[in-house]
Amino acid sequence: MSKTQRIALVIGLVLYAVLPQFLKSYGVYLMTLLCVYLMAAFGLNLIVGYAGQMSIGQAAFYGIGAYVAAILMTKMGISFWFALPIAAIACFVVGLALGFPALRVQHHYLAFATLGFNVLVFLVMRNEEDLTGGTFGISNIPRPSIFGYSLDGALPFFYFAFVSVILLAAVLWWLLRSPWGRAFAALRDNPIRAESTGVNITAYTLLAFAIGAACAGIGGVYLAALVNFIEPGQFSLSVSLLMLLAVIVGGSGRFFGPVLGSIVVVLLPEWLRFLQDWYLAIFGFAVIVLMVYLPGGLLSLGDRFKSGGGTR
Amino acid sequence: MTPFLEVKEMRKSYGAINAVDGVTLSVGPGEIVGVIGPNGSGKTTLFNSILGQIKPTGGAVEFCGEDITGMSPLELSRRGVGRTFQTLQVFVKLSVRDNLIASAQEFKGTMPGRLFAKPDAGCGHHADQMIDMFRLQHVAHLPAGNLSYGQQKLIDIAMAFMPAPRLVLLDEPCAGVNPSLVDQLRELLLLLNKSQGGSFVVIEHNMDFIMKLCPHVICMVEGKVLAEGPPSEVQANRQVLEAYLGN
Repeated sequence: MSKTQRIALVIGLVLYAVLPQFLKSYGVYLMTLLCVYLMAAFGLNLIVGYAGQMSIGQAAFYGIGAYVAAILMTKMGISFWFALPIAAIACFVVGLALGFPALRVQHHYLAFATLGFNVLVFLVMRNEEDLTGGTFGISNIPRPSIFGYSLDGALPFFYFAFVSVILLAAVLWWLLRSPWGRAFAALRDNPIRAESTGVNITAYTLLAFAIGAACAGIGGVYLAALVNFIEPGQFSLSVSLLMLLAVIVGGSGRFFGPVLGSIVVVLLPEWLRFLQDWYLAIFGFAVIVLMVYLPGGLLSLGDRFKSGGGTR
Repeated sequence: MTPFLEVKEMRKSYGAINAVDGVTLSVGPGEIVGVIGPNGSGKTTLFNSILGQIKPTGGAVEFCGEDITGMSPLELSRRGVGRTFQTLQVFVKLSVRDNLIASAQEFKGTMPGRLFAKPDAGCGHHADQMIDMFRLQHVAHLPAGNLSYGQQKLIDIAMAFMPAPRLVLLDEPCAGVNPSLVDQLRELLLLLNKSQGGSFVVIEHNMDFIMKLCPHVICMVEGKVLAEGPPSEVQANRQVLEAYLGN
């Protein structure tokens, strides 16, 4: 990261930390939701952008994390601080299992395998009423407290989610700068060559899915605490597609790509609400224009300026 | 001399077509063996059968006395067997330097240990040496996919030698390389053979290159070994000339 990029990052973080002080509760909610969404999008970027695997099932892990935490907290009275690692580990294990199809199929075949997984998880959430509450969902999910300080308020929870996503991003940054990150990229760029240069493609494929799933699971736990109520619709296939959109629109395989992509996916529709009935149509049109003119994502804009080229 | 690599009666069939038909060859320690033959003679299929990229129909491969028949490329790489590919196989989005580091880092320590290792896994210095040797300094930090075919070919070869393998199988290293680089490439391979001490098996159509590089040459035609011996003998062999030029 260059000095200019580091300065831009610090300014961005400071602005993001200060901005909620001037917003109403819905604005603070959206900014918190963005942090939560970003946890899942960072995980998906690891799977899709760094390890080169296709996934349209990230919302399933988002949901598993949310439901595991919600059930543990509301039905068993377990603290958020225990529910969080349990949900993350549960998603890691399920993500590891979902990685196995990726060892046999690739590209759109893998996309359909993960899509099927998302539908399966959605159906379990909707139909297993005794456990998940079915379409009525689970309500009264408590927010945590830190050292006796309650995070029930909108602003305290925002700062909690904000610091958490920064910590998660720092861990992923470190992981991707380690030799593991290079091995993931080798797997993405050329699995045949990667294997002949000693990269254990089985282990790295499974780990990419497992770590990406754990990130989504952590995001799901925060979502449950943020909205205090979860139901299957929050984790449907369309949410997975929006998460994938966030990664691709921001810049797949670029560390900060999901940040810009999540802003587009979470905040842009809200900013377009003044268009009333037209806002989703305009949002869709904006996404099409972005993909046509910036197929490498918003973060490829810098490369475009450097090369002075047109669209690919 | 005890054979380092021994291929015994290797066969690979696709239906009624015998792509490799009972090939036997041996390579000694530090030896460079050339494999020539017209297109479709089974050279690359032989390589892929030795290297576990495809499953042979019959025969056996021994490396340092161990049966390695059908082992995966990953298992072979851990035993010190490297390769280059006929078509370009580099990590296109990684820089040249990262391509080289990626080719060696997995042989350093354990997988959990590498998570906590330095970003270059201790391979950075060696990668820089290879970059100097292959004269890639000016492009070392560019993505490999942005470079010319010839440059990528050099990266491909440098990658194979990064972990200092004991045996390297090179599949048409001169294909697509600028003729002015061919002599440089031969010098590099001789230097690596001397410095790393590994054995090479080289498939190549460039006769001048292979005759000057390899003290022992095998000619394959229609999946079988037609002739083998010193380059001058093979080159003068009437059957070899007929296979290349027709009757």
